[in-house]
Amino acid sequence: MMKTSSRWSGIGFQTLAVLLALAFTTVVMLISGADPIQVYQNIISGALGSPTKIADILVAWTPLLLATAGLLLTFTAGLWNIGIEGQITLGAIFTTWALRLLQPTDLPPTLIMTIGFVAGALGGMIWAALVGLLKIYGNVNEIFGGLGLNFVATALTIWLIFGPWKRPGVGSMSGTEPFPLELWLPTLSGFRLSPLALAMGIIAIAIVYILLRGTYFGLRLKAVGRNGRAAFLMGIPTTRYMLMAFLLCGLMAGLAGATQVLAVYHRLIPSISSGYGFLGMMVAMLVNYQALWAAPVALFFAALNIGSIQLPIVLKLDSSLSGVLQGSLVLFVLLMDGVRRRLTRNQ
Amino acid sequence: MDTQLILIGLAGVLASSAPIVFATIGETFAERSGVINLSLNGTILLTAMAGFAVAVTTNSLFLGFLAGALIGGLVALIVAFSSISLKQSQVAVGFILALTCRDLSYYLGNPFMGLQGPRVPSLPIPGLADIPIIGVIFFQQDILVYASFLLIIVSYVFIFKTRPGLMLQGIGEKPATAFVRGANVNRLRYFYTVLGGMLAGLAGPMFSLSVKAGWKGTISGLDGFGWIALALTIFGGWNPLRAAFGAYLFGLLQWLGLVLQPSLPNIPSQVLQVAPFPLMILTLLLVNIGNAEWVDRTLAALPEKTRKWLANFLRALRTSPPASLGVPFENE
Repeated sequence: MMKTSSRWSGIGFQTLAVLLALAFTTVVMLISGADPIQVYQNIISGALGSPTKIADILVAWTPLLLATAGLLLTFTAGLWNIGIEGQITLGAIFTTWALRLLQPTDLPPTLIMTIGFVAGALGGMIWAALVGLLKIYGNVNEIFGGLGLNFVATALTIWLIFGPWKRPGVGSMSGTEPFPLELWLPTLSGFRLSPLALAMGIIAIAIVYILLRGTYFGLRLKAVGRNGRAAFLMGIPTTRYMLMAFLLCGLMAGLAGATQVLAVYHRLIPSISSGYGFLGMMVAMLVNYQALWAAPVALFFAALNIGSIQLPIVLKLDSSLSGVLQGSLVLFVLLMDGVRRRLTRNQ
Repeated sequence: MDTQLILIGLAGVLASSAPIVFATIGETFAERSGVINLSLNGTILLTAMAGFAVAVTTNSLFLGFLAGALIGGLVALIVAFSSISLKQSQVAVGFILALTCRDLSYYLGNPFMGLQGPRVPSLPIPGLADIPIIGVIFFQQDILVYASFLLIIVSYVFIFKTRPGLMLQGIGEKPATAFVRGANVNRLRYFYTVLGGMLAGLAGPMFSLSVKAGWKGTISGLDGFGWIALALTIFGGWNPLRAAFGAYLFGLLQWLGLVLQPSLPNIPSQVLQVAPFPLMILTLLLVNIGNAEWVDRTLAALPEKTRKWLANFLRALRTSPPASLGVPFENE
């Protein structure tokens, strides 16, 4: 009885949070002089207006799923892997590197792309391992180690694009020379969507769901996240589990970077991570680190991103509006959760 | 390069570091009281945009800075409210605000992109400005740079030499003891978090109305400074003097990056601009590694002389956060 009522109040507060976030975003639109109804209509038609757009949502969903899946593991271990942006970037760099090396050989394209994926995963893992080692052996908080490495990864990308990997002639912000068609991950005909990449994202989140839900590994990871000291005293090798969480997250982030190169941009561009790492953190926070809800929420966030792309063209508004809506959603859900707990505590 | 150019360059380092000094000392206040305000990067971007927009619209520099301080305080208030009153994760709320305020600044700042705005005038101090060398470096700045010098000294004296300052240290280290001594821990935490946010909120307009005048959206080149300020707070060991030293060191490195650019044509400017970041990680490693358990064990195994020298070296660098940083306080 108690349980049901607290559940209903939880849903009530969540609905309130969503309404508040919409109200806040609407106020922001009004401040900028935009017509909110027109803007919302534009976002909806921009996301769902045509099959191509719906396919594009799934294209954006893929790296977001991979990033969120990895982050659920680090969050469960009580770690703030803000370095995920750099891990995605390094994945993309390693994939590009592998493709560039193997392109002149006469290996079959499928094999080259497979190696590209493996290289990407490796790149992400190396970058994540750095954060983990700095944290475990250097006492450097993972937030700052990760942030620093994010900037380094971006600089590395730009250096490669303008330096060693520059296009014939002169390097430009548009990225490296695109790879030949046979090194593009096959897509559904007429769309930019690669079913293989999408499958990888879905499998990743499914694996994480199972890991956290029904395995010994997941249980121990939770123990490490809840109370590291107690877990250590119970005989769980805490540092090994933390490092493992970093490595697995880096692996998935690296794969996200690899799909960006192999399936979306077909080259290395300066902002190759497209902010999916940070967006994944938002998704993980919004679903309270529960894998079950991560996939649909990530899909919704991807839809908002795609829906806002045409805002600058049609309404002369900056597309960062989708970020405002996403951010205020997460913020209000957290705040309302706090309000609900405070009220129930006082009763 | 002749001496005059170097002097002007150093004066530029002091000027361009002034916003970071404000943000870092603001964060130092908040963290000293026990609250991490992770939103700094968003705060700086949003207040840079808002300060610029207000100054352009009203043609008043003062109102621009006032807007910055108010918005910075408001963002900090959200962090304080959600962590102190609602017991939510400070890191989570701060991170969300860091991203949301950034997007908000890009969205709302769109109409103000590339506009000509007012600029804080330089204000040489009569008499002092003519002193050779020192005059050029320190006394031919604008009023904000002088304010940053003052802030360093005042905040240092306040934290370490006054009663309220000791209380501030107390609520961050041992809130229960401070409570018994009569401190209203949570109210003080609200106060210092908002104060810190207001100081950080001045950093934005200092960029957009002085150091990097104007608003250029995503290419304003301000994204990242807030994270730097957060790292410098740790590097500075929650001490305004050391934090300011870190801020100037960072400014110096960025300046060197620009100066060295022409002699290193193969390296794009974006790469040199991030050169401080790996160094930041390295310094964080140096100041933190002394706290790691394995270091003690390794040191114990070393020969006496090396051990002593290394241990002293690490101890000199080491900083430890306020003991209750990020821990909510309940007075029961």
